[in-house]
Amino acid sequence: MALSREQLAQRVAKELKDGYYVNLGIGIPTLVANYIPAGIEVMLQSENGLLGMGEFPTEETIDPDLINAGKQTVTAVKGASFFSSAESFAMIRGGHVDLTVLGAFEVDVDGSIASWMIPGKLIKGMGGAMDLVAGAENIIVTMMHADKYGNSKLLPKCELPLTGYGCIKRVLTDLAFIEIKDGAFHLLERAPGVSVEEIVSKTAGKLIVPEHVPEMVF
Amino acid sequence: MAGLNKVVTSYEEALSGLTDDMTIMVGGFGLCGIPEGLIEQMVKLGVSGLTAISNNAGVDDFGLGLLLKHRQIATMIASYVGENATFEQQMLSGELNVILTPQGTLAEKIRAGGAGIPAFFTATGYGTPVADGKETREIKGRHYVLEESLTADFALIRAWKADTMGNLVYRKTAANFNPMMATAGKITVVEAEHIVQPGELDPDHIHTPGIYVNRVIQASFEKRIEQRTVKAAN
Repeated sequence: MALSREQLAQRVAKELKDGYYVNLGIGIPTLVANYIPAGIEVMLQSENGLLGMGEFPTEETIDPDLINAGKQTVTAVKGASFFSSAESFAMIRGGHVDLTVLGAFEVDVDGSIASWMIPGKLIKGMGGAMDLVAGAENIIVTMMHADKYGNSKLLPKCELPLTGYGCIKRVLTDLAFIEIKDGAFHLLERAPGVSVEEIVSKTAGKLIVPEHVPEMVF
Repeated sequence: MAGLNKVVTSYEEALSGLTDDMTIMVGGFGLCGIPEGLIEQMVKLGVSGLTAISNNAGVDDFGLGLLLKHRQIATMIASYVGENATFEQQMLSGELNVILTPQGTLAEKIRAGGAGIPAFFTATGYGTPVADGKETREIKGRHYVLEESLTADFALIRAWKADTMGNLVYRKTAANFNPMMATAGKITVVEAEHIVQPGELDPDHIHTPGIYVNRVIQASFEKRIEQRTVKAAN
């Protein structure tokens, strides 16, 4: 079975470590906040100028001056700080954020990522995605392995305009957890009940498959 | 206005000298922290041909969306413009020139502009359409794009508290692009929720020193929420 959105978030959350500062992109990455393992402390960074993002407010505590990068009303945790967008991207570009999780349309064997623009369709802008992929050392991309027709989104070379060149090392899809190095995808784990053959058939870029590929455990 | 007292009491005075074809910076992230009254005054002035620098373009009937609706903006420099149908239509028809800029690069272009730095190298956008036509350089084994800084004729800022000398304090995530833009305007105009006397703001807590600020006007804000999200009450 391919992973659900919730399971994708759960699997990413296992990569969180005690003391991490983490930036979660919009969509599936946002759900990771719901699965922070017990006993560890992490701070969520929101690039509009908040370190220490908390849960959604109640009707009573809602504050229009306190939003996240998805423009949703949020709260701030104890120990949070507010700052300008320049300061926020200094943190990101300067490599101070320990883990960044974001979505993508395509990735390739060189670690390039396309996530912001589909020619012919409306272009809404890259927001902070280009800065995040250029600045972070440790990035996990969450995405669908293939489109609904079975066409792979893990490619020899991205076909869409890039968000970043050669900057992605780990990808979690609905089918597999994959590392990118030495110009190839390396299969680390597979989703429960998903065969190696299915992953191979849906991966267009060069894929290295070790002898034993463990199933993800939830 | 006398001495270092920068308080003005009318929007006419606040935006005096703002004319057609100028470049304006407008603070805010989405609808959070935007100078609502100054935007409305630009609509009233009817100025057109503007180059607007702002992270987003408002929504159809609020924020910079109002200027778009009246076709007052010729060029828009922003990082994300997804929430505005007027914008979309004007962009597709070619009526509006749009320069999409990565958010961190946009913030740094403005910061650099205010700090007198003409350009800087950043890894952001290397190998992407953003780098097209720009100088690139390899420094210590990594590739960088040369990005030029931005300044404006007017910077329109929203602050939480200002003293009469233009020292500013922002509130929560309503700061966003406001602190850098306040430094990058030839004329920086601040709309503040509260105006206090000099000495009432702790000098240790001032975010923007008054040297950057030319005019301050007191205002109340609608503070419209774009994505109202709440958790279920317990």
